[in-house]
Order: sequence, then C-alpha cells, then structure tokens
Amino acid sequence: MTVETKVALTEQDVHSYSVKVNEADWMADFRTNALAKVEQLPMPKPDKTKIDKWNFTEFPVHAVESSLYAALSELPEEARAIVDADEQKNIYVQHNNTPAYLSLSEELKVQGVIMTDIFTASREHSELVKKYYMTDGVNVDENKLTALHAALMNGGVFVYIPKNVVVEKPLQVLFLHDNDEASLFNHVLLVAEANSKVTYVENYLSTVDEAKGLANIISEVFAGDNAQITYGAVDVLAKGFTTYVNRRGVASRDSRIDWALGLMNDSDTISENITQLIGNGSHCDMKTVVVGRGKQKQNFTTEIVHFGLDTEGFILKHGVMLDESSAIFNGIGRIAKGATRSNAVQESRVLMFSEKARGDANPILLIDEDDVTAGHAASVGRVDPLQLFYLMSRGISKHEAERLVVHGFLAPVVSKLPIEGVKKQLTEVIERKVR
Amino acid sequence: MSTLEIKDLHVEIEGKEILKGVNLTINTNEIHAVMGPNGTGKSTLASAIMGHPKYEVTLGTVTLDGEDVLEMEVDERARAGIFLGMQYPSEITGVTNADFLRSAINAQREEGNEIPLMKFIREMDSKMEILEMDEDMATRYLNEGFSGGEKKRNEILQLTMLKPKFAILDEIDSGLDIDALKIVSKGINEMRGEKFGCLIITHYQRLLDYITPDKVHVMMQGKVVKSGGAELAQKLEEQGYDWIKEELGIVDETVELEV
Repeated sequence: MTVETKVALTEQDVHSYSVKVNEADWMADFRTNALAKVEQLPMPKPDKTKIDKWNFTEFPVHAVESSLYAALSELPEEARAIVDADEQKNIYVQHNNTPAYLSLSEELKVQGVIMTDIFTASREHSELVKKYYMTDGVNVDENKLTALHAALMNGGVFVYIPKNVVVEKPLQVLFLHDNDEASLFNHVLLVAEANSKVTYVENYLSTVDEAKGLANIISEVFAGDNAQITYGAVDVLAKGFTTYVNRRGVASRDSRIDWALGLMNDSDTISENITQLIGNGSHCDMKTVVVGRGKQKQNFTTEIVHFGLDTEGFILKHGVMLDESSAIFNGIGRIAKGATRSNAVQESRVLMFSEKARGDANPILLIDEDDVTAGHAASVGRVDPLQLFYLMSRGISKHEAERLVVHGFLAPVVSKLPIEGVKKQLTEVIERKVR
Repeated sequence: MSTLEIKDLHVEIEGKEILKGVNLTINTNEIHAVMGPNGTGKSTLASAIMGHPKYEVTLGTVTLDGEDVLEMEVDERARAGIFLGMQYPSEITGVTNADFLRSAINAQREEGNEIPLMKFIREMDSKMEILEMDEDMATRYLNEGFSGGEKKRNEILQLTMLKPKFAILDEIDSGLDIDALKIVSKGINEMRGEKFGCLIITHYQRLLDYITPDKVHVMMQGKVVKSGGAELAQKLEEQGYDWIKEELGIVDETVELEV
C-alpha cells in the first residue's frame, strides 16, 4: 500500500516564504530540494506504533504572524512562570512562528557566543549554519518527515559556543504557542566547539487547549572535542497537534552530551532522541520523564550509538500512563564494530494508572564488538492497589495518594536531572497533569 | 469518650468466609488485645475495619460513635479517627517519609490550616527520638529498604504523629527483637489516655508484658470465642489454646487465607 501524502505547498509557496522571512538564498534552495523529495520518501517507522493513520502532512496554515515582546514582562502569565525575567539575561522567545524577543549578554557576545533565530543565522552566520544544518546530524532524506521539515522549517534558533568558552548559566529558549492554527516546524542547531561548555534549556509551551496544526521539530546538537553540552527540554504541547520531535546529538572525542527531557505533551507524539558517540571517550547520558493522559498515543525512542573507543551511554526513562493513554518506550544501545571497551546501560520503567492505560518497554542491545559492557532493565506494571490503600489508611484522599505515587515514581529520574530549573518546571507540569 | 463498635461482622475474601460474626466494643481509654492461633481471622478483622480492597463485608456493622464506618472510603475512616498499624506496610518509591507524614497530617486539617513546617519538623524529630529512629529515616523513601523492625517503628511513628481515636495494631510485634519491642511499646504507652483506644492483635503474650491490656479476646474460626482481663493472656501463654478448644468443643480448622 502506498500512503498518499500531498503537501499543500508548492515550490513557489516555499520560495516566497523564504523571501518573506528574509533568510539566506542557499536556504531557499535547500527547501525546494527537500520539497521535491517529500513525496517519494517513506514515513519513519517507530517500533511497535502504527502511524499510517496519523496526520503528519495536513495543516491549516504554514506560518502565522504573532506579536513581538519588547520585554519579558509582556509574556503571558503561564510563560512568565517558567522564565525568570529578572535573572535570565540570555533568552530567545519565539511566539508561534515569529522571533519575538532576544537577549544575549554583552559578556557572551564578546566571547563570540551566538544565539539568534534560525533565519537571521542563515544569513549572518551562513558558513557555520550551512556546515551543520541537516548534514551530519539529521539528514534531509532520512524519511518523509525530515524532508518535510527541511522544506517547511518555520522557526528555531542557532546557538554557537566558540572554542574554550564556558557559559556558566543556562541559555533559555521559549517556544510559545498560543494560536490554534499555528504549526511548528522548528529547527534548533546547537554547536559547542572544542573545550567549551554550555547548558541549554528549551520550553515548548501551548497556552491554547486544542491545537489544529502539526509539530515537526528537529534539534541537532554537536559537541566538539572535550566539549560539554547539557540539553534540557520541557515539552508541553497541546492536544490536537500531531507531533514528531527528533533530537539528535553528535559527540566528538572526549565530549559529553547530557539530555534531560520532560516529554509532557498532550498531543499524539513520536519522539526520537538519538546520540552518536563518534569520538573516542565520548559520553552521553539521556534522562527522560513522561506523563501520558487522556487518549494520547505516544512512542519514545531513545538510542545511543557507540562508534568511538571507550564511549559510555546511559539511558534512564520513567513514564506514567494515566487515563486511556498509551505509550511505547524503545531504548536502544548500539555498539558498532571497533567501539572497544564501550559501555551501554539502560533502564526503562512504566507505570500504568488505570485499566485502560497501556505501556510497553522494549530494551534493545545491538552489539557488534566483543570487548564491551552492556546492561538493561525494564519494567511495566500497574499501580499497586495496596500502595493506595496504605496511603489512604492515613487519611490521604485517593486523588492525593495517586498524586504522591506518580511523583514518587518519576522522582528517581527528576531528582537526577542536571538542571535545577528543569527539575522545578517539570515538577510543576507533573503536578498539573495529575491534578 | 468515643466508642468503636463491631457487631456480627462477616467478611469474605475471594468468596470464602473468614469472619463469621465478630462482636467487639472498644472505648477510648481502653486497650484490648486480640489473640488466637494463626489463621483464625485476626488480621482479617483489622483489615476489614480499615477497608482493605480485598475484603468484602457481607453482614454486620462497624460504627464509630454511631457513624457507619463501612459506608466510608478508606481515607474517610482514617480522618474519622481510625488507624491501622500494618503487618506488612507498603513501600513507596520517591515519596519521602517526611513528605508522606506531612500530607497525612494535613489531610486531617482544614485547607488553609496546614501544619507549619517548623512545627511539623520539631514534632517529627521528637517522636523519632522517642522511637530511637535514625535521623535519615525522615528523608528516606517511605518504607523502601527499611528492615522489618524499622517498618514497625515507622508505623508507630505515624501513630504518634496522627493521634487517632482508635488504633488497630496488626502484629506490630512480629519481627521485633526485645529492645525494639520495648521501644515500640513505649511509643504505644505514650498514647494511652482518655482520647485513645487500641486494639492490639498479637500471637504472643510478650508484647503484653510491656503494654498491659484492659481486655483480652481470643479468636478462633472467625469469631471471638472468649474474653477476659489481662490474666487471660497470661493463662494462654502458660497453657496454650487447647484448653479453650476443649472447653468450647472446637475442632481445628484454619479459616484465614494469606493475602
């Protein structure tokens, strides 16, 4: 069976959009080349989730125009709750598809740090962006959705940390979604050169209850030799989106990429988080927390690929499935031939909170080298009625008891997240979800 | 004075009748002990009063000062003043003992009248000191990795913090060495008074060496078959249960299932 996917936009539309957002000429060509590939490329195949009936290609409008913010104090209340307006000097805010606010301290600018919207970056830092944009990280022709993303990219940010620069405080990016017609084809490109260090935190925040658009999001993260990147994300996209989110890391020699992901969307979501440990001695730590609710269907693939010698990869995922939600947790540790003395460890735990909730954890180890260590642990289970009885026997209401058990189940991951701000935000999002 | 009254209580688990008409009345300022051989329904009685999800009450009533306890949800029973010290307390990952206890205390209080944090900490510290519990047990996850003795002390800690009208202690002495037994008994004895009544379920006389009961009941085959004063426990310790069986013409039969 062939899946028919027609993209409503023509080459001409894509070209005019490119002109309108005032990006580099090469990007326009990049888009039209990608658009030509969309039709013949296959859909991605997330293990154990059938997505042939999901809508990944139809959406109301390609881009909406939204207001700018002159100051962080103009942000809506929900957004102000996650942005420390007094303290946060390094922040980019995107309002639906519009780059709406940017602040980067002089101190960082002087050191050569770049943080700017992706359109501006394609012009002003053309060589750098061109070098990394959908080349060694996520390829345009990996699947239909990566090509669609390349053709329709309508937002995102470029972050660049030069050699030997250490950025002490987290850089923050807020993708604020408050227009139900909007679609998010955001592209994040984060490059940390040799011996640099950065913590990046992004928030996806929907303030509408129901979305009509698509979210097709790609992040590419490059750690140069001996660089350290900590990448935090708290995704809270509204119900109604069909979400494809692909976060990819590429680690050079002795570098380190740590992910701290709170995947709290209310939309049907396919999430892929892969890190390639290319350089010898590189290291990746992936921590993921998920809460599903309503009738949400989700698939989370977390993969670390070991190419270099002495590389280490750790995956830790905990998910709670409420109501009638369902989710598949695929964890993959892949060790290529020659990646001697590598270590691949993973743990996935899923707790189902109702009869109708579904969860599945698939730990996979694919190992082509002899001299390695690897391990996995996975569990899927329902909430223990005796735990609830115990808590309730102390006067705690059933709802409060469930709340405690949910927080408790996620706490072993949340408490180990490397970014304090993400920890705090996640705890609050979890709180809202179980309320 | 408050009264917990159990009348003609019949309880089934998975279709099998375990309690076959239990009658017991406990007032505050009284400590009752329920004794009896294994598998005679003692733990079933404790669990059914609290509302354990696996036990079904088929007949009879439980009232607290005239209020129908069986109509209440588990948490309502607790807030009405009933506490069950469990034989096998659950372990709950990620929830610290202190957070749990504070939630439980606040559940008893009106919204907006939550216990001040410092007051809570002071009270918890002092109770833990009485029970000779390590300080780190406040911040450890609830019962997770606790030894048998630590779990029992933690039950008593909750009892002394929550100050219920009636506590049912289900084999709180099992798995305790003699020193721990003394400490746990001290905790329970501190609760004694006009505002507190207690039902102690035990196999052994030895706990009653430290907590003198006002009344002792013997359960066999799902019923209370004999009641008396503290001297009854003494006699059971010396002579076992056979004389009661003979006296009442009871033939051995185990009714309780392991849950």
